Amino acid sequence: MDSDIFPNIGKPIKNATNEFVDYLVINFGDGFEAFSNSLLFFLVKLERLLRSADPLIILLCVGLLTFAASRRLTLTAGMVGAMWFIGALGLWQQAMQTIAIMLVAVAISIIIGIPLGISAARSERFRALLSPVLDLMQTIPSFVYLIPAAMLFGLGKVPAILATVIYAAPPLIRLTDLGIRMVDGEVVEASRAFGATRWQILKGVQIPLAMPSIMQGINQTMMMALAMVVIASMIGARGVGETVLLGLQRNDSGQGLVGGIAIVILAILFDRITQSAGQRMQAYRNIGG
Amino acid sequence: MGTMAKIEVKNITKIFGSNAAQALPKVEAGMGKEELLAETGAILGLKDVSLTIEEGEIFVIMGLSGSGKSTLIRHFNRLIDPTAGQILVDGNDVMKLSNKELEQFRRQKMSMVFQRFGLLPHRTVIQNVAYGLEIQGVAKTERETTAMEWIEAVGLNGFENKYPSQLSGGMQQRVGLARALANNPDILLMDEAFSALDPLIRSQMQDQLVELQEKLHKTIVFITHDLDEALRIGDKIAILKDGVISQVGTPAEILLEPEDDYVRAFVRDVNRARVLTVDTVMQPPAMRITHDNIERALSEMVRRGEEYGYVIHNKEYRGYVTQEVLEEAVEDKSSSATIYDLAVEGNSVTLEDTLEEALPVTLEADHPVPVLDESGALKGILSQEEVGQILVPPSEDDEAESKPVSLKVIDKEEETLKAAS
Repeated sequence: MDSDIFPNIGKPIKNATNEFVDYLVINFGDGFEAFSNSLLFFLVKLERLLRSADPLIILLCVGLLTFAASRRLTLTAGMVGAMWFIGALGLWQQAMQTIAIMLVAVAISIIIGIPLGISAARSERFRALLSPVLDLMQTIPSFVYLIPAAMLFGLGKVPAILATVIYAAPPLIRLTDLGIRMVDGEVVEASRAFGATRWQILKGVQIPLAMPSIMQGINQTMMMALAMVVIASMIGARGVGETVLLGLQRNDSGQGLVGGIAIVILAILFDRITQSAGQRMQAYRNIGG
Repeated sequence: MGTMAKIEVKNITKIFGSNAAQALPKVEAGMGKEELLAETGAILGLKDVSLTIEEGEIFVIMGLSGSGKSTLIRHFNRLIDPTAGQILVDGNDVMKLSNKELEQFRRQKMSMVFQRFGLLPHRTVIQNVAYGLEIQGVAKTERETTAMEWIEAVGLNGFENKYPSQLSGGMQQRVGLARALANNPDILLMDEAFSALDPLIRSQMQDQLVELQEKLHKTIVFITHDLDEALRIGDKIAILKDGVISQVGTPAEILLEPEDDYVRAFVRDVNRARVLTVDTVMQPPAMRITHDNIERALSEMVRRGEEYGYVIHNKEYRGYVTQEVLEEAVEDKSSSATIYDLAVEGNSVTLEDTLEEALPVTLEADHPVPVLDESGALKGILSQEEVGQILVPPSEDDEAESKPVSLKVIDKEEETLKAAS
């Protein structure tokens, strides 16, 4: 069934892409490897730190962090209990691997996402350009970019982090943009009227007032990063995702469930800690009336 | 050359819209607001506005919503750039400032107070008041010392560590005022600063502003939609309508000699007794007696046909005498009373009294009431007839009669706007 109305564009795109990736691998392979190694350097350090630390110390840290963020004892006890439960499931080491990957991915997302969000809030044109890119990042199946990423950076943790950043950064960018746009125009005008520079306005007014929204974005980024762990494990990222993946491959529903529970617990842990930190940051909104 | 004006606005025109430059020649050729909008899609904000604001005065720009008053005040510190025209502050062309110079200018020359306060909600009162100084890079202890002085000056001590959301509207605006004053600017721009406050607080803030101004002698540009407020605090008032200045004058000039129907319609509902002060309506004293010769005084009064004479000694008012009293004194040879003994002190009013305050005294007295200044010198007299005449609104010509209707419509618009927000 040949039809003339569809010229075959698929094939040239396919070939051009393959040639481009080959070209990158051949000519810039070293550069990508260097980037990969530097990223790996931080990741490995963090992972080693988390895995080698006494679980009691980690549990203590979770407790302190939760208490510092929320000032609530029941929540703190609950979070420490949840973390202990992951260890009791026999997934402590995997959880530490996952946390390390997620933290690095979130850190990169913040470094990229907040400046992009600020730029989008400032320029209508930049926002119009960025918006379809963000849509693409959020909807395109991750395997599409995992294949070239694995080719460029090799299998393992680095392409996993990259895939996670691509998937998880958009909500932070969007919420930063929204947060800064929602800052009361009169307050910004007031600081202009007092002779503040653009940087002073950004640092002293816009970012602090957009902080609840930005914190919400970081929270969303963390949740989405955790959702990526199973897929990331397919290209060798290890961690809790691997446990789920193995359960799938061995037709072991029990193992799949145990891994799934650990991921959910991690998600709840990070969600509660960032949410309560965000709430305390905007405490000035709630006092008085 | 005379003394230089503090702020001089020369032929400012502001057109909003991406095609402002093409629209400008049409406006200069006399095209109106509606026509311009229909033809080019551009919105005419201000049209050929010129103003001269002198150092140390409270200059009020008054207009209803949409008249362009908020646009106009934002030209002074260039939060908005004009499409055409010139702004001189202390003789310097503000339009020629670079970005850096403009920041410096805003830091040092003028501060602004906003309708909805524009406070930084994440900072405490003292941090808000110190904000302008922080922008300038003043060290923390120094700026907080200055901030504390101004917090005390506006009567907010004890609240310095509260957040704005913990304060009432009136207190928040005092923070706004203190923040503006902490920079020690020459010029204070106040954009509907008291409009968001309820009436009682508003009049307290007006009093506080006038009181502060007596000490500070800043140049204050004050925007309002409330004519009562304008008349109450303004040394000079400019009335703005649809981006065009209708009239500029002192409160008394605006009230007593409105230049067009728009202003006339505006001032009709004003409680004149509360706004006008005695000095704007008093007459010069017809019969001043500056000697103590009773007979001469009597003959002068008879010759001029004056019923009452006002006795002055060493520039001080001593009381009034009637023809009758003087005649009796002249006839009664045995009496050794001087004219000062005969003079009846009676009630008097002072120059700054409003007519409302002067009214009871004027109505009680059967003679024109003497008007005294603070040193007790006689400055004029106030008769019942004059007060009565002034308090009646100007009679309307035929053309003026259609105007109040349109003003009512505008009022209604504003009310629905308020209700909607």
